[in-house]
Amino acid sequence: MAAIEVVGLERAFGSRGGAVKAVDGIDLAVEPGEVYGFLGPNGAGKTTTVRMLVTLLRPTGGHASVAGFDVADQASEVRKRIGVALQEAALDMLMTGKELMELQATLHGIAPGRVRGRAQELIERVGLIQAQDRRVGTYSGGMRRRLDLAMALIHEPEVLFLDEPTTGLDPVSRVTLWDEVRRLKGEGTTVFLTTQYLEEADQLADRVGIISAGKIVAEGTPAVLKAEVGLPHLDITLAGGHEDLERARSVLARFGGDRPPSEGCDLSVTVEHGAADIAQVVRSLDEAGFLVESLELSAPSLDDVFIAKTGRHLEGAEDGAAPGEPEIAS
Amino acid sequence: MSQLARVSWALARRALRNLLRRPQFLAPLVIFPSLLLAVNVGGLHRTTELGGFPEVNGFLDFQLAAALTQSLLLGGISQGIAAALEIEGGFFDRLAAAPIPRVAIVIGRLIAAAAVSVAQVAFFLILGLVFGAEIAGGAWGVVVTVAIGAVAGVAFAALGVALALRAGSAATLQGIFPLIFVILFLSSAFFPQELLESPIDTIAAYNPLSYIADGMRGPIIDSVQAGPVLEGLAAGGGLALVAMVLAVLALRGKLRDA
Repeated sequence: MAAIEVVGLERAFGSRGGAVKAVDGIDLAVEPGEVYGFLGPNGAGKTTTVRMLVTLLRPTGGHASVAGFDVADQASEVRKRIGVALQEAALDMLMTGKELMELQATLHGIAPGRVRGRAQELIERVGLIQAQDRRVGTYSGGMRRRLDLAMALIHEPEVLFLDEPTTGLDPVSRVTLWDEVRRLKGEGTTVFLTTQYLEEADQLADRVGIISAGKIVAEGTPAVLKAEVGLPHLDITLAGGHEDLERARSVLARFGGDRPPSEGCDLSVTVEHGAADIAQVVRSLDEAGFLVESLELSAPSLDDVFIAKTGRHLEGAEDGAAPGEPEIAS
Repeated sequence: MSQLARVSWALARRALRNLLRRPQFLAPLVIFPSLLLAVNVGGLHRTTELGGFPEVNGFLDFQLAAALTQSLLLGGISQGIAAALEIEGGFFDRLAAAPIPRVAIVIGRLIAAAAVSVAQVAFFLILGLVFGAEIAGGAWGVVVTVAIGAVAGVAFAALGVALALRAGSAATLQGIFPLIFVILFLSSAFFPQELLESPIDTIAAYNPLSYIADGMRGPIIDSVQAGPVLEGLAAGGGLALVAMVLAVLALRGKLRDA
């Protein structure tokens, strides 16, 4: 049984005449223990999909089940089995980290005798012991996200939903959160992760679904998706003159397709096996009397996949990063 | 303890704690009514000499119930604003996504409102005693005044929560603030109904705030008498019941339309 199963899921907003479909008939299945990356730009329908899956929004079409229960008809059963860390870390800024953790434990029906111990366990796990008695309003963005994640784990959920967990975080905080997601994967937790960052999906997800304008436009492992749009290529700049480029091209012909050279380089060649082909390329050129000044391996990115499917770039694709805020309050 | 009781209690404790941590929410509950009380008592104390004015120890004794009613109304608005901020900040979603009886979201806030109301009544009674008022009804009078105040406080808070759940914005709740004063002045909270001109006396006769204020006033200016006390409890209780139904319906609507 899939941990998450979605068939023809739809959500429209507005009156019937002028209704806008934020999610337009998506299908997906996430297996137990899998990290599923749900990738798309702002407004693509990621958060609307998550809100339906965590029972905060009723679908207007299709159906979805989480942990074996229908999100519309068995919502209370779904809520018992999921952990949710929503976008913008919906925390109470007036409460301390410890108070919030203990409240969350009570909300999830943890026995009164176990509330304090379980809260401490998770606060320790996310490294907030020193800050646990401070109000959340004094926490940095990264600390809030870690607390939010810990709260989502309080009842050991079967399925964890993380809605853009690193948006707005500095690189260090982001990597810390990634490590925690990897640890959860290692423990066998199913994770549904929405993100607008390619690097995040690439780093964490077993499989990626790309959503655009409410529809899933591509789905698969990052490697397969990237392979679909092309092979890696090597951009080469030769030392010295460029008189004999035709001969250089013929030397490289056996590696794969010749490509128009990228800007600023002399040659560009497709390399079927990626980095594994680099040594052989350099050796062949060297044997033919060409000295390589520099070379750069370019592999297709998920952004290339997004461009191939939608005709436009994904936000944040250039560097995979968002403008961060400094981690000042520790 | 059932899960409903446990979660409601946990949310009530949180609401109380947060109110204490937001002095800007707590201060108006005592400052504005105290100032109005001081102005009224200082400037209008000879009103007691008017024909038809009930026999009282002093105008302060009479006006305490007005200050109490005003404070309790502000308390209701304050609870509504807190609920609206919870929606705006996303904490409401956290509660909605948790496996809890949803009605605990409303009940928790109303338990907190009841506790705050008791403190508000105690504050104004003590303030009155300090400045020379007498509580003619004695200890029973205090108990009855506190009881009516708590019921009324819950009613006003339930209205605040219902509005917050419908509007989803703290600004809307703040916009209602002047309207509260108009409704309060259209009651017998500040002056005896017999001395009000038409049509205000007619409106006051149908305004539940009149009965709530008179119910709390009775044990302060006179012995505990069943009539005004029961009317005060009935008005407060009836309003509380209607407001709680509205709040629960608003909660269901909010969760359904989300």
